[in-house]
Amino acid sequence: MNAQAPVNAVRSGSSITTRRLSKTFNGMTVLQPTDLEIPAGQILVLLGPSGCGKTTLLRLIAGLERPDGHDMIRFDGEDVSGVPIEKRNVGMVFQSYALFPNMTVAENVAYGLKIRKVERTKREAETRRLLALVGLEEYADRRISAVSGGQRQRTALARALAIKPRVLLLDEPLAALDAVLRERLRVEIGLLLREFGITAVYVTHDQAEAMAIGDRIAVMQKGRIAQIDMPQEIYHRPANDFVADFVGTMNRIAGRVENGVLTIRAGETMVRLNVGGPDRPTTLCFRPEAVRLTSASGAVVARIAAATFFGATQRLVAEVTPECRLQLDLPSSLSFTPGQIIPFDIDPAAILEFKARA
Amino acid sequence: MRQWTTIAGIAITALLTLFLVVPILLSVYAGLTVNYARGISAGFTFEWVRQVWDLYADTVWRSLVVALLTLALTLLIGVPGAYALARKGGRFARAVEEIVTLPVAVPGLALALALILSYGGFGTFRKSTLFVVIGHVLFTLPFMMRSVIAVLDTIDWRTLDEGAASLGSPAWRRFVDVILPNVRPGIVAGALTVVTLSIGEFNLTWMMHTPMTKTLPVGLADAYASMRLEIASAYTIVFLIMVIPLLIGVQLIAGLTERRTKS
Repeated sequence: MNAQAPVNAVRSGSSITTRRLSKTFNGMTVLQPTDLEIPAGQILVLLGPSGCGKTTLLRLIAGLERPDGHDMIRFDGEDVSGVPIEKRNVGMVFQSYALFPNMTVAENVAYGLKIRKVERTKREAETRRLLALVGLEEYADRRISAVSGGQRQRTALARALAIKPRVLLLDEPLAALDAVLRERLRVEIGLLLREFGITAVYVTHDQAEAMAIGDRIAVMQKGRIAQIDMPQEIYHRPANDFVADFVGTMNRIAGRVENGVLTIRAGETMVRLNVGGPDRPTTLCFRPEAVRLTSASGAVVARIAAATFFGATQRLVAEVTPECRLQLDLPSSLSFTPGQIIPFDIDPAAILEFKARA
Repeated sequence: MRQWTTIAGIAITALLTLFLVVPILLSVYAGLTVNYARGISAGFTFEWVRQVWDLYADTVWRSLVVALLTLALTLLIGVPGAYALARKGGRFARAVEEIVTLPVAVPGLALALALILSYGGFGTFRKSTLFVVIGHVLFTLPFMMRSVIAVLDTIDWRTLDEGAASLGSPAWRRFVDVILPNVRPGIVAGALTVVTLSIGEFNLTWMMHTPMTKTLPVGLADAYASMRLEIASAYTIVFLIMVIPLLIGVQLIAGLTERRTKS
């Protein structure tokens, strides 16, 4: 698909292929048969609400769950479906980190190497290198209980990378942290993963995290992948209603298209949007930033209900009709007062139309 | 206000302590008097303690051996057993836990009788100290298991196990490297309970013992039944000399391991 490798990255790790991969718990199918192709070195984010099957998919790739059938998961073309996690050579970062409280930070990072019988001096050197990479050299001899949440998170990452895994799997690795730390580590993890050039699958329910980290994003819904694509594509060209809603803010205008024009009655005035196509009931969607103030006639007019300052931009809540509220992002240099009526244009290229929702 | 409650607290604690300690002190006193009926005027002696040691030293050693063997067996069975039950979970595990706890609810005499009925035919085994040990293991195992299960319930052992597995650790090493160290407080508390219960256990042991496999509490009952009061009381002194350092020792070990896991 649209796998786009960042320049300069050294690619390593295995490619992951799933073929009709599915999982049923007690007669309930939590993951519908799923085909997935992750090239070596790519970071795929599984994004979706809780219960959408993203964690199950991750745990299946990890070997923590057994798939419904044989030959459903391959690393570099080699079937690993029946290989237990301890022999699959995957690096795993858990939401709760799963760090061993009975060991120090350094002992945690070194554990996988100890299991692999890496000779002591080599093991210690490797542990130091990884701790330096995540900026934890000074904390090497601390107990896990004596380091902060962010430091634990980085310890978990260093521990998973230490074993030089074929693929790195991360299950909501930032969910347990506060917002500020989450935002900072999101950037750091993204950079680190790219530096390692490792194949990674990253589970999150946070779309901003998904955008920042993923080479590609798979948006999941009810046990299947609703759309898999690059972040820009997911954002600007969501495949359906669900994806459009889940990723970013989406405005909706519902109405009927007649003779290529969608007409909305707003008080005494009529708002007309040229959309073309056959006559039909429809819902038009557009992002808050797809609007521009205008003085031209035929513009959409709306009454400002509220304005929130965001720094470079401000977000307006504007009513076309009481039933049709829109969120609009405009430069914060402009000043508005609630109750004011503003005319604006919607970028025609940014208007999306989905089949009416069931 | 605070002063008043503090004083009341101290007073109640002191009274409770006296209530518990006075009878023990009286026993110690009785064991050291030449003649308890005549009191202090008759003077003090170590003669009774010496006689007890001459007559019953073997029961002291046997009690220690039984307690240590019991501890070893409950550790070997109870700790992996508790983990297995926690892993298994569900109704089956709860049923097993209940069954294991049963010997505590059943009167010791009944349990001993059941064991004699089952194994009475195996003469050598029936006559050995091991027979007593088996009885003690049945009786103390639930305390070890429950103590370990209680700690398992407070740690996310499943994720710890998965974490170690993802690093390539095979099942037995995950148990040794990750599970055991993190349930250590439960194991220590369980061990303390098992040892003290085993050393003080009377009614099960009384039914199961043979003249050659008497433990300390059984010997104590003997002494009370068949000898003068001073000897029986001196026996209590021997018991205390043995048990108090043991308890302090186990507490110290517990304290040390705790500090290690915390720091």
